[in-house]
Amino acid sequence: MYAQMVETGVRKVEDAAEMSPEERAFQARIDADVRVEPKDWMPEHYRRTLVRQIQQHAHSEIVGMLPEGNWVTRAPSLKRKAILMAKIQDEGGHGLYLYSAAETLGVSRDDLIADLHAGKVKYSSIFNYPTLNWADIGAIGWLVDGAAIMNQIPLCRCSYGPYARAMVRVCKEESFHQRQGYDIMIAMAQGTAEQKAMAQDALNRWWWPSLMMFGPPDADSVHSAQSMRWKIKLLSNDELRQRFVDQTVPQADYLGLTVPDPALQWNAERGHYDCGPIDWSEFHSVLKGNGPCNRDRLRTRVKAWEDGEWVREAAVAHADKHAARNARAA
Amino acid sequence: MSKEWPLWEVFIRSQHGLAHKHAGSLHAPDAEMAVRNARDVYTRRNEGVSIWVVRSSDIVASSPGDKEALFDPAQSKVYRHPTFFPMPPEVKNI
Repeated sequence: MYAQMVETGVRKVEDAAEMSPEERAFQARIDADVRVEPKDWMPEHYRRTLVRQIQQHAHSEIVGMLPEGNWVTRAPSLKRKAILMAKIQDEGGHGLYLYSAAETLGVSRDDLIADLHAGKVKYSSIFNYPTLNWADIGAIGWLVDGAAIMNQIPLCRCSYGPYARAMVRVCKEESFHQRQGYDIMIAMAQGTAEQKAMAQDALNRWWWPSLMMFGPPDADSVHSAQSMRWKIKLLSNDELRQRFVDQTVPQADYLGLTVPDPALQWNAERGHYDCGPIDWSEFHSVLKGNGPCNRDRLRTRVKAWEDGEWVREAAVAHADKHAARNARAA
Repeated sequence: MSKEWPLWEVFIRSQHGLAHKHAGSLHAPDAEMAVRNARDVYTRRNEGVSIWVVRSSDIVASSPGDKEALFDPAQSKVYRHPTFFPMPPEVKNI
């Protein structure tokens, strides 16, 4: 997802007998759906896992602005441009909510950003793909934001209060993103033959990476089991992926576009769509840094940070000067 | 690396008559910039008509360890709620 394959630092999920009294009390509160708040006692692994997960999620929002930024100057109309800028601004806002949530766990935002820039922490694999035609902006809103909503709605109920509250805000805004994307897809799919071909091309390229966003099957993963025990992950990767496919295929049908999976078909017995196999070697290769845009994305982030350095410093100097002046006047 | 901007807590009043409510936090070099940033981060969709910001370091909070001592005593005082007193059905407007 926006946070993929999050390590928990545990080798096995502990049963109650192996826990300390504090850990048992903590788990009992989680089992009773009591939210954990920043000043509450929490196991160190829980805290560190959350930092990793929220941090990856925040970085994904910020890096996710880049593929879309590519089309701000090329949007086909002023209306589309204004909408795209509003969406990109939202992504920046989502990143800020999430960094704030991470900071309640005792880390500094500047340190988190430094980790991203040093390549120590990942962001979602999906943002390492290029946006080649205008329909890609439609496909991202429809598929990528659609997949994100699928993952984020359950997280509104996660055990950590600040993260859950950030997700509530994010989800409210995210449905605008998905609808504006589908609106672009409708316009393209109902346009000229050339426009429809662009829409199909975008779907062809974004379909599989969108399914990969949910991460590899994790039914047997100890990290997923632990995260689910802690209720910072509510559903397995495959469950979320299945829901996404079931919801999205009829939407593609409406557009008159073909999902690029020859094995895709409705399974009446299961009540779900069956899919063809996902090429996980591509996913792992992108995570390792070898996607089409990994280097470019990171370079752009680092440059933006370095170019903004003098602004951040000037703002602090201004604030310090005024604080000193006010102190003298008082 | 330059000094990190301090953290501020943001409170938004959603419409006239309602109290300011905690919306989240953000970084800003000073109070004026905190208000401006809060406007961009927390009121992009008409969420508010008024913004308060306060330095996070200036907030004094109760400790989770004191929860029982602070809040448990109220639990046994159910007579503080009007529903504690059953009223005869024929008595109106009370």
